Amino acid sequence: MIRVELLKLARRPRSWVAIALLCLLPIVVAIFVAVTHVAPPPGQGPALLSAVLSSGSLFPAAALAIVLPVFLPISVAVVAGDAIAGEASSGMLRYLLARPVGRTRLLVAKLVALIAYVLVAVVAVAVTSYVTGILLFGDKPPAALSSGSLSTSGVIANSLSGTGMTPADVLLRTAGAVAFIAVSMLGVGAIALFLSTLTDSALGAALGALAALIASGVLVALNSAASISPYLPTRYWLSWIDFFRQPILWRDIDRGFAIQAVYVVVFLGAAWANFASKDVTS
Amino acid sequence: MIVTTGLTKRFGQVLAVDQVDLQVSEGDRYGFLGPNGSGKTTVVRMLLGLVYPTGGAIEVLGVPVPRQVSAVLPRIGALIEAPSAYGHLSGRANLMLIDAAGPRPRGGRSGRRRRVAEALERVGLGGVDDRAVRKYSLGMRQRLGLAAALLRSPRLLVLDEPTNGLDPQGIREIRSLLVELNAAGTTIFLSSHQLSEVEQLCTRIGVVDRGRLVLQDDLAALRGPTGRVLVRSPDAGQAAALLGGRVVYRDDDRLIVADADVAQVNAQLVDAGMRVTEIGPERRSLEDLVLSVTGSGSDRFGRPAARSAGAPGSQALVADGHRAASDADAGGSSQ
Ligand SMILES: Nc1ncnc2c1ncn2[C@@H]1O[C@H](COP(=O)(O)OP(=O)(O)OP(=O)(O)O)[C@@H](O)[C@H]1O
Ligand SMILES: [Mg+2]
Repeated sequence: MIRVELLKLARRPRSWVAIALLCLLPIVVAIFVAVTHVAPPPGQGPALLSAVLSSGSLFPAAALAIVLPVFLPISVAVVAGDAIAGEASSGMLRYLLARPVGRTRLLVAKLVALIAYVLVAVVAVAVTSYVTGILLFGDKPPAALSSGSLSTSGVIANSLSGTGMTPADVLLRTAGAVAFIAVSMLGVGAIALFLSTLTDSALGAALGALAALIASGVLVALNSAASISPYLPTRYWLSWIDFFRQPILWRDIDRGFAIQAVYVVVFLGAAWANFASKDVTS
Repeated sequence: MIVTTGLTKRFGQVLAVDQVDLQVSEGDRYGFLGPNGSGKTTVVRMLLGLVYPTGGAIEVLGVPVPRQVSAVLPRIGALIEAPSAYGHLSGRANLMLIDAAGPRPRGGRSGRRRRVAEALERVGLGGVDDRAVRKYSLGMRQRLGLAAALLRSPRLLVLDEPTNGLDPQGIREIRSLLVELNAAGTTIFLSSHQLSEVEQLCTRIGVVDRGRLVLQDDLAALRGPTGRVLVRSPDAGQAAALLGGRVVYRDDDRLIVADADVAQVNAQLVDAGMRVTEIGPERRSLEDLVLSVTGSGSDRFGRPAARSAGAPGSQALVADGHRAASDADAGGSSQ
């Protein structure tokens, strides 16, 4: 069944269009920055973008920062929201279950396909932007960000005064960032997957998950909601930037992983509980 | 094959299926009839473990459902309401996916292409091209749905309105396909509200009305003589007077006489010098039978008066009054 789900996802033009668009946006940004040599001043604009001018090998990180707030969650929510609700609305859910594909198996297969999609999307962005970065900005070893100048909201004021990073170092740190972002997106996916078992409307499930993210984003930015902000899904989304500091700041990274793991477990559990016990009347 | 006892399903306020005791034996061609919204699809979904019953028990092929439904589903082919497929793929690709989903089939992966080709051949789509299912006609989709149900040579076919959207030719083709499969040992459970379809195909019927099973019997037994004689005569008035209390119904030149002996009634009329244009035992058509035991469909809203006007079936009686007396005995023959 897992093979079938992967095949289904791969045969959908939509999956590839979404990934292509995700890769394209950072390239467009890179071209503008390369042509004008005007990067946002440190502390503004997409994180890390200003550091890119000095070295293209940091561009994958900048590219991830560009797609992370909106485009990546949208594409993940659409795929995850479609998982069960899409089958329900196309009428295939009943035929799959009658084949029989066990409900748990179906959910697991959908989850594996979702994880594969998230990984492919994030890695595709990282790889294409690495190539773009090297081509447009060269591959001088970049400097790490100093760890002194963080702000908790995730928008960082960078400084290029840190120690230089070797290419292997950059690669490792980027891999860490990719893993962190993939896990964060899995959190989004879990929420959308849960909603997908609640409704027969794929669009409704995707929008519901996005609404939850936007609400979380609003609350994170709200000082008076500080007491709950450590538990919000988007709170540590940008903490992967800490991978590019010298030394790496593990505190928020660890917390980010932990909170996403909790979201993934809770929402997948809820999705399973609901799906395994519900009447399929679509 | 299928045995349900006290099967009940409640959707919130709606009692969709109410204490249904189905009995389908091996080799039956079972027709499951009922007006719109009477609960046929809900029963089918419960048989397949898609909807969980709120009460009662189901056994399919000797296995309790929904507890061990995954043990029987591989031996069941199903068409549930409309057929479905992934619109952007071809029919063949759809069947390949469906075949690949679910437990490992006997023939393994290598047999997949052959199984799919066979199933397509059976439903008359053998030579179909690679166009996406989105571009299929309604009839082609219906055939594709049937092909999916036949993929793994099931022992039991559960078909919910399989001939929806087919032309008369297609309906006949499907009917002969089903008869052929049945002869080869496949039990067929078919839900429909197309009475003629059921009449021509099925050996046994069950009728549901507003969630209750109101009739279940062999079709041959049900359609036997009713024990009454149908007479057509230009002298109907005099004949009615002659036969007296035995006449249960009269309209114009038609009489219905409560007497099992056609020859005797005929002799009596002819002896009295009456002209008889037509005489014979009354046999009920499936349509009469079903209409007499079911009310107006439970999906009709907005005319509450019609339902409270009398017993279920009162609307049908207005249309054809002679069913009044048969109401009771038809109801009695459902166990
Ligand atoms: N998911 C649901 N939620 C609430 N009520 C439902 C649901 N599904 C079906 N029902 C109700 O259950 C009853 C039986 O519906 P069902 O679809 O089983 O009828 P049916 O006999 O298949 O009708 P038709 O011949 O029109 O296909 C109807 O009154 C319907 O409104
Ligand atoms: Mg139905």
